[in-house]
Amino acid sequence: MIRRFAAAATLALIATTSVADAADYVIDSQGAHASIIFRVKHLGFSWLVGRFDKFDGTFSYDEKDPGASKVAVNIDTSSLSSNHAERDKHLRSGDFLDVIKFPKASFVSKTVTPKDGGKATIVGDLTLHGVTKPVTIEAAYIGGGADPWGGFRQGFEGSAKIVLADFGMTHDLGPASKDVMLELNIEGLKK
Amino acid sequence: MRSGVETDMAFNDTAANYGSVSRWLHWIMAAAIFGLFGLGWWMVELTYYSPYYKSAPDLHRSVGIVVLALLLFRMLWRTINPKPDDSDLSPFERKASHWVHWSFYPLILLLCISGYLISTPDGNPISVFGLFDVPSLIQSKGLEDTAGWIHWGTAYMTVALAIGHSAAAIKHHFSGQSRVLTRMWSGRA
Repeated sequence: MIRRFAAAATLALIATTSVADAADYVIDSQGAHASIIFRVKHLGFSWLVGRFDKFDGTFSYDEKDPGASKVAVNIDTSSLSSNHAERDKHLRSGDFLDVIKFPKASFVSKTVTPKDGGKATIVGDLTLHGVTKPVTIEAAYIGGGADPWGGFRQGFEGSAKIVLADFGMTHDLGPASKDVMLELNIEGLKK
Repeated sequence: MRSGVETDMAFNDTAANYGSVSRWLHWIMAAAIFGLFGLGWWMVELTYYSPYYKSAPDLHRSVGIVVLALLLFRMLWRTINPKPDDSDLSPFERKASHWVHWSFYPLILLLCISGYLISTPDGNPISVFGLFDVPSLIQSKGLEDTAGWIHWGTAYMTVALAIGHSAAAIKHHFSGQSRVLTRMWSGRA
């Protein structure tokens, strides 16, 4: 009896572990345990920080084979916020994101190259302002496991640099402000 | 009460003429609105490194708040004063001029409010010439976009209406049919 129970428990454990190993996750944008932050140098004197409040996405992650991971994110460009209404209006306008014409931005990973220490280089296609270009994200695994409410989560951070002009945004903000740094905080809830 | 000839020293409007308060309000607001239109049209195209990039919008917001204050006072002033006679106009002209005059109030009100809502839905106040702040009353993310479209549309409508209004006044003046223009300018019909 005990032996049979132990066998069943072992099987159950294997089953759970294998599911946990390669699984699909929904980015927890609903619970706002994820954020997409951008930074642009202001005149070369400081960082101006803003973010996109509305986005959704999914990723697959396998601890045993992180190179097989995939990630896809959709961003509502009009949800931009830099804590300044007039600037946000300007950034949504035709001078920058042109959100009426291009209401969505997206990122779809193509390759994930694992590195030491839970890090990885993710290359994928970023579509922004109607332009699709490859972008490299330097990602790092932060942690994962069962949450206290019956779910299972994995979390990452990532950063990327994009050049505004590459995506057809040429409104001149000065020589120090041609690049935008993206900071990504992604927590996924297992489907 | 005065009777007979009204002088331009009278503050109040009468059945015949506009008093000095109405006339000053009319011309100051006309100048301010056309000035704000030109300033707004010009400032949105300024480059980031233009020396006016900050001062032009500051001036626009400040004058805009003054226009709003003048408008509110003017609406009050209109209701507590008699409307000067316009019986020298044809029934059609009278109807059209009433429509134009009464369109200005809601249109300029909407113009001012929408402008205010471009700058304040993030909770930030509008500083009026650096002298005092008009606080943010409505905080709503993204409201600045809607307000921006309304501001843009009502600005063009106001200027179009003002041009039509001026054209009519000039026509009446030079046709000799009515003295509405001199009445608004000097107070004497």
